[in-house]
Amino acid sequence: MSDTATARSAAPILHLANVDKVFHLNGRSIHALKDIHLQISKGEFVCLIGASGCGKSTLLRIMGGFERVSSGTAQMYHSPIVEPGPERGMVFQDFGLFPWLTVRQNIAFGPKQRGLHPGKLKETADHFISMVGLGKFADYFPGQLSGGMKQRVSIARALANDCEVLLMDEPFGALDALTREVLQQELLSIWAKTKLTVVFVTHAVEEAVLLADRVVVMTAGPGRVERDYTIPLERPRCITAPEFNHVRRELTEMLTSHVGHSKVAA
Amino acid sequence: MSTSVLPNRGHPHAQPANVATAPFATPVATAAAAPRAEPTAAAEPALSTRLQAWATRWVVPALLPLALLLAWDLAVRWTGTMLVPAPKEVAIMLKDFAVGGVYDDAFSGTLGVHWLKSMSRVYGAFALAALVGIPLGLLIGKSAMFRRVVDPTLQMLRPVPVTAWLPLSMIFFGVGPNAAIFLVFLGAFFPIVINTSFGVKSVEERLFEAAAMLGCRGASMFRQVVLPAAMPSIFNGLRLAHGIAWFLIVVGEMTGVQEGLGAAIMDGRMLSRTDVVIAGMVVIGFTGFVTDRLLVALNNHLLKWSPQHNV
Repeated sequence: MSDTATARSAAPILHLANVDKVFHLNGRSIHALKDIHLQISKGEFVCLIGASGCGKSTLLRIMGGFERVSSGTAQMYHSPIVEPGPERGMVFQDFGLFPWLTVRQNIAFGPKQRGLHPGKLKETADHFISMVGLGKFADYFPGQLSGGMKQRVSIARALANDCEVLLMDEPFGALDALTREVLQQELLSIWAKTKLTVVFVTHAVEEAVLLADRVVVMTAGPGRVERDYTIPLERPRCITAPEFNHVRRELTEMLTSHVGHSKVAA
Repeated sequence: MSTSVLPNRGHPHAQPANVATAPFATPVATAAAAPRAEPTAAAEPALSTRLQAWATRWVVPALLPLALLLAWDLAVRWTGTMLVPAPKEVAIMLKDFAVGGVYDDAFSGTLGVHWLKSMSRVYGAFALAALVGIPLGLLIGKSAMFRRVVDPTLQMLRPVPVTAWLPLSMIFFGVGPNAAIFLVFLGAFFPIVINTSFGVKSVEERLFEAAAMLGCRGASMFRQVVLPAAMPSIFNGLRLAHGIAWFLIVVGEMTGVQEGLGAAIMDGRMLSRTDVVIAGMVVIGFTGFVTDRLLVALNNHLLKWSPQHNV
């Protein structure tokens, strides 16, 4: 199996061991995650994939510090993750932009918290605005932008804050197909340039095969890591190539053998 | 893989497609973008278009008031009533009320004093209500414990009509302007508190997460997230309170106050000077309208980020 073949010399940036997560809702306990072991190296692009309810978003939120583990450990560089922090930038599916701030102010929000000098603040913001191609829209409010543009702002906002890990929770799930393709390519080029570590939650197999170094396949009830699969494809990848199709089919089979084929979009 | 510093520049369709498909793009957004694309087309719209825009802005809103004025005038003529003055008589009274020189009686030239008294009471009480109501609303919205302590009392007091407090307020504050100020304060206080706490409670959890992820903590969170997010609700409360304040000052001034628009209307009633009563009503209505427009302008300026909160 390829999951052992990926011997990585790089230091692990995120380390999760024996992670359990139980939610208590109206007197009932819901076991969302069970005995998760996961190690993510610096610079890796990892996709978490699985059907709805498999706990992939919960796992991402634990990495982000938005949820605490019920038992086990979640660490970044050997220190436990207990709260959200600038070193782990989160990109939400619903953007989470501040509607009262302009594009520039949204992107400058993180650096501003660190008390950056106003002149330097604008310079930093403008750098990332142009990185995501929103130069003309710097003074627009989020309500005036399309979904794709909002997600660019959201990505730029996390990047501007000097994050080391970019956590993305189905970031392109709400976008139309064309915009999604453009943003996937942009994300890859940003990743190549910045050498960020990316953890990307998706339920789309094609997206995972296109983007990831490694795909973590999860199954529901309670959420477990079913497989840890390294994508054996060179970059840049071409979604119409036969090898790509082959990998996609293999991954789809892995998913459908556990969850029933109707639930996974290939 | 592309290693371009500006990854988007490589996609010729990316920008225009986004502009065209932006579903929430407001006229502001498109107007700002359009001149870049077609500098000549947007420069000078046709005269007829501008005339039409001018008419929509100024003439249309004036039609109904003018129609009502006409209906009033015709109704007085046709019925031949002596009890209700025609618009023209009220206009003459207004002039006398403001600058004198027509009837030269006790009302002549006193409008300024009445108006200033009422204004100062309305805005004094309104400011006091905002000063107490906004912080209290923020606390109620933020702290569940505080909410449990205060909310039942607040909800019990709220349905009591403020006018029912009139006898008590006269006992507390004596016969005079302070009782009126108390009434206005009470009436303005509730919408401000309720709307502010609602605004704070309904801040999306996602925004707190985003702010925390970006390194925002504690008191800074309150100032940078809670306050701006609750601002539309706070403004709704202020605007409601403002209308109620004008409504209540007249009620408050109708008992035992010498000067003020409410007092003038009451004196007019006692002396069967219906023209004075209507003149007072007109002044209140007009002042309320103008001050509300000022509040709306402030609202639109502060909330320009939120098209649905622009009135």
